[in-house]
Amino acid sequence: MAKVIIYPTNSLILSDMVERFGHEPLAMMEKIKKIINTVGVDSPPLNITPEEPKRGLKYAAVEVPAGVRGRMALIGPMIELAEAGIIVGDSSISFGCMGCARTNELTKFLIREKGIPILEIKYPHTEEEGQDFVYKIAEFLKSLPSGSDEK
Amino acid sequence: MSDKGDPVLIALVSCGSEYAGVQSELEKAASTLNAKLVYPEMDVATLDTIGMEFGLEVASPDLRLMMARAKAVVEGVAKVDGVFVTSCFRCAEAAIVRNELRRYIFEESGLPVISYSFTERTTAATLLTRLEALTTIARRKHLLARTKQTGITAGIDSGSTTTKAVVMKDNEIVGEGWVPTIKVLESAETALQQALDQSGLKTEDIQAIGTTGYGRFLIGEHFKADLVQEEITMNSKGAVYLADQQKGPATVIDIGGMDNKAISVQDGIPGMFTMGGICAGASGRFLEMTAKRLGVEITDLGDLAIKGMGENVEMNSYCIVFGIQSLVNSLAKGSSPEDVAAAACHSVVEQIFEQQLQEVEVKEPLILVGGSSLIAGVPKALGDLLKIDVIVPPHSQLIGAVGAALLASGYVSE
Repeated sequence: MAKVIIYPTNSLILSDMVERFGHEPLAMMEKIKKIINTVGVDSPPLNITPEEPKRGLKYAAVEVPAGVRGRMALIGPMIELAEAGIIVGDSSISFGCMGCARTNELTKFLIREKGIPILEIKYPHTEEEGQDFVYKIAEFLKSLPSGSDEK
Repeated sequence: MSDKGDPVLIALVSCGSEYAGVQSELEKAASTLNAKLVYPEMDVATLDTIGMEFGLEVASPDLRLMMARAKAVVEGVAKVDGVFVTSCFRCAEAAIVRNELRRYIFEESGLPVISYSFTERTTAATLLTRLEALTTIARRKHLLARTKQTGITAGIDSGSTTTKAVVMKDNEIVGEGWVPTIKVLESAETALQQALDQSGLKTEDIQAIGTTGYGRFLIGEHFKADLVQEEITMNSKGAVYLADQQKGPATVIDIGGMDNKAISVQDGIPGMFTMGGICAGASGRFLEMTAKRLGVEITDLGDLAIKGMGENVEMNSYCIVFGIQSLVNSLAKGSSPEDVAAAACHSVVEQIFEQQLQEVEVKEPLILVGGSSLIAGVPKALGDLLKIDVIVPPHSQLIGAVGAALLASGYVSE
């Protein structure tokens, strides 16, 4: 089983596909769930406190806006854990949305820089492209070490 | 502080506030004021098209979300009383969107709008004055419509540098007091006593009191004030009243001891406004330090500046430390004190122009108020920069106190 970071990091479809092929998706939903359920932190809706932008300094300098660093405090540690990555380009907002273009740029850069197996693929706009999209992702996931081919 | 009754609904049009650790501070400031932050609903599909529709193609989806929410406010889909537009400090893309949305919402809906750029250090206290002004405009329109003072009322403006007080009777200022703020309560008592002495009236003659400024809550409680109100509202009201510009549009620029405000006013009610306070280089404190360095009284700095040419002095920084250093260097190179005084006045107004007037539409008449307006070089430098006539009304340093006394008289009638 490989730890696979997905982009957009909150794409439910990508996360689900990674899981179906026996890998562990590294996705924003899990991170958000964890901080929302953290006892003692009361900073709704996401429970992100001023501490997160400070932790984000590990990935972006202080002149980078607080919203980017706050997001990177969540995404950065996932990238560190990643053993593989899937980056979907030009996707529709309904497929997954990170909100901030600067965070998107930095996230993709850090995934690419890591030197792990990466699938970069364009978001499909036709049925034919859609089938090819799913096929390529499936093949990529199957090719990863300890991937579950049986599923 | 919170008003009873239904909460004021404020549309939060934001990008990144929930990720920057400031969301809870926004909520905290709003709940203190009995206001509720709401998130205008929109169709998610519009996020793909709103950029082109609005004419501003931005890369960040959350900025497109801001546009869609602004549109929902303007079209009445979201029923709100005011709008708070906010995004991350230092994000250029967001700054463009924020400014354009503020203008768009204000012009298309007439709702009061304020904007702010936050860092993770932004606290509820910083947000409070801005949100308080926003909720006041929404909640107390009938009170703000007051154009005449009635009865005997007092207004106290507990500022960061000085405390001002006025006593008004039948629409006239009959006494005034102006003292440095040392101990907030004692300074307020002294200023009020000065005003009472001048008026020949006694404390028990006062029928209503209004307080404003940084120390408004403390002195409001002490004097059992009828009205405790932030300075955006009080100062706008006081400025248009003193300048006799209560009807129609006006722009009020208030250069205080520690911060400054630029307020776009319509019929005496603030619309768009910005409030400085991050850098002392754009405040009266810069002028105070310049006067001290030149060995003149702050009251004489303006006359000195009128005689000088600011262009003769090279200033490399607006910073209160490095800017003063530039002035000192110029003196060492042989610049005249007159030129240095003029350069200091120019530096302050240029900084206000660059940082605040870009966000507020300047509509004439332009009314300059606050202690710094009394330094003659400041209105001259501002007039030169904007190429328009600048009005400095009588008692221009007392606008907050006058606004407070004027609005507090609403409680006399009641």
